[in-house]
Amino acid sequence: MTTTLRQRAWRLCVTYGFWIFTTIVTLLPIWWMFVVSMRSRVELFGRPNLSLSRFFVENYTNVLTDSTFQRYMTNSVVVSTSNALLVMVLALLATYALSRYKLAGRDNIFFWLITNRMAPPAAFLLPLYIMFTRTFRLGDWTLYDTQIGLILLYCVFNLPFAIWLLKGVIDGIPIELDDAAMIDGAGLWGVLRHVIIPLAAPGLAVTGILSWVFAWNEYLFAANLTSVQARTITTGLAEFVTVTGTNWGELAAMSMLTLIPSAIIVILAQRYIVMGLTFGAVKE
Amino acid sequence: MRNNPRIGWLLLSPTLLILLVFGFVPFLYVLFVGFNEWNIFAAEEGLRFSGLDNYRRLVFDEDFTTSVQLTLKFATFAILSELILGFLLAQMLTRKFPGKWFFRIIHTFPLMVAPIAVGAIWRLLVIPGFGPVPFFLDRWFDIKYQIGSYPDQALWTSVIMDVWHWTPFVTLTMLAGLSSIPREPVEQAKVDGANRLQVFWYVTLPFLRPVLLTTVFIRIMDAIRTVDEVWMLAGGGPGTRFTGIYIWRVVFPRTDYGYGSSISLITLYLTIVLCWLLFIAISGRRKGEVE
Repeated sequence: MTTTLRQRAWRLCVTYGFWIFTTIVTLLPIWWMFVVSMRSRVELFGRPNLSLSRFFVENYTNVLTDSTFQRYMTNSVVVSTSNALLVMVLALLATYALSRYKLAGRDNIFFWLITNRMAPPAAFLLPLYIMFTRTFRLGDWTLYDTQIGLILLYCVFNLPFAIWLLKGVIDGIPIELDDAAMIDGAGLWGVLRHVIIPLAAPGLAVTGILSWVFAWNEYLFAANLTSVQARTITTGLAEFVTVTGTNWGELAAMSMLTLIPSAIIVILAQRYIVMGLTFGAVKE
Repeated sequence: MRNNPRIGWLLLSPTLLILLVFGFVPFLYVLFVGFNEWNIFAAEEGLRFSGLDNYRRLVFDEDFTTSVQLTLKFATFAILSELILGFLLAQMLTRKFPGKWFFRIIHTFPLMVAPIAVGAIWRLLVIPGFGPVPFFLDRWFDIKYQIGSYPDQALWTSVIMDVWHWTPFVTLTMLAGLSSIPREPVEQAKVDGANRLQVFWYVTLPFLRPVLLTTVFIRIMDAIRTVDEVWMLAGGGPGTRFTGIYIWRVVFPRTDYGYGSSISLITLYLTIVLCWLLFIAISGRRKGEVE
């Protein structure tokens, strides 16, 4: 008995030792950013000091009271949330179609959808810029520098991911369940609402969350296809480096602030993330 | 299988419309520009058809070929480490121990940080002058660490940064995959006298294969097009001139649109080929399972 007890204690020690080490490695860079965000410009130089000596909150108050920052933050929230919702709806419909209907060239369409995520973004900026400024215009209004432009554009890299993730989930729902619902008189909408959506809920949740995070984090398109009105928070971050001669303290403070919303979302959705990320692996 | 394709197409149409307009049309445009000479600062204005010149040029462009090599090196090392680490961590998370949820949440933190902020954080860590990494490396190990001057160090730093950022994603997918493996085959193998390594190789791995390959697929796509975080970290210095960053440099500072477009297409093509091979591997496996 004593050996098994000792073994178990030893095992627990190893487990905790391992996880404490992992946690330190994970948190160290974030901690350093936090420390930097709490220091004034002068304090930063000299001997690097990993401990937090005092709270210099001016970096935060400067950022938070800045109306530009507030606008960027609102834009980011609006764009990522609308994009995530749009992606969830469109991906659900598209995946259902790909999974249940006999469509000509189904596999090729699926593969083409996915290739949309592979394009290196830098070169595609130019055609997109032209489209945004010239092609889509109504009088004075163009797609350039609008939230709706970004919301639609982010579908290009979020939809492939979402459809891919949901494909496994919806393929895993037996078609007999659809049939049973249809025999009970449900139409297409009824099947989606009473069979597919409840059963695919974890997958849908993950799709929404990850789309939200991807959209929240996107930088390159936002930086080049917006100017004043629709700028997002990641663009604001980069502006610190180029425009103000790198004010590291405020940059760090702003990075910390951008982390908070996605942290909250991901923590709340922890359970679903693991459940939904199986990519259709067999579930017994 | 429903036989009414019209409804299927109707459901698919909004997705196709958006991807055609914002994905396929720009692609065609890039394809077209890739066959032309087009530089804003050139003497003659506008596009000039040049056939395959751009493609001929890129084969002999040492900057481009080095960037491809670097990108592949970066992707290989980063993705391999992420897979090994992610698998180990996921395996540790299948055990039951008090406080597991806490460690799991902490571990997923890096995933939520925007790439541009990841780059900023790591730059803060390694910047000479006030970053702790060069300071302590010099003090404790007497290593001169400066990513601006040593290309190798810059490459390794970006690999480590990528591992820090993306291992949690791999852990989560692996964890999902591991938790969906049925118990009976594992038990059966143990009863038949298989050791841990054999159980892993003959039971766990085949079950994990679809998830594993999908994860690798996504990581390859994202690693090859990485721009923001590495740019923020090293500013495109030596050792980190990856293809994505090289395209950026050709298209923006140099405004060489024709050439930039042809490089993008080749990169896209290479990614597709790489992924297509993996895709065949996945579906080949699926067919094997049905038999």
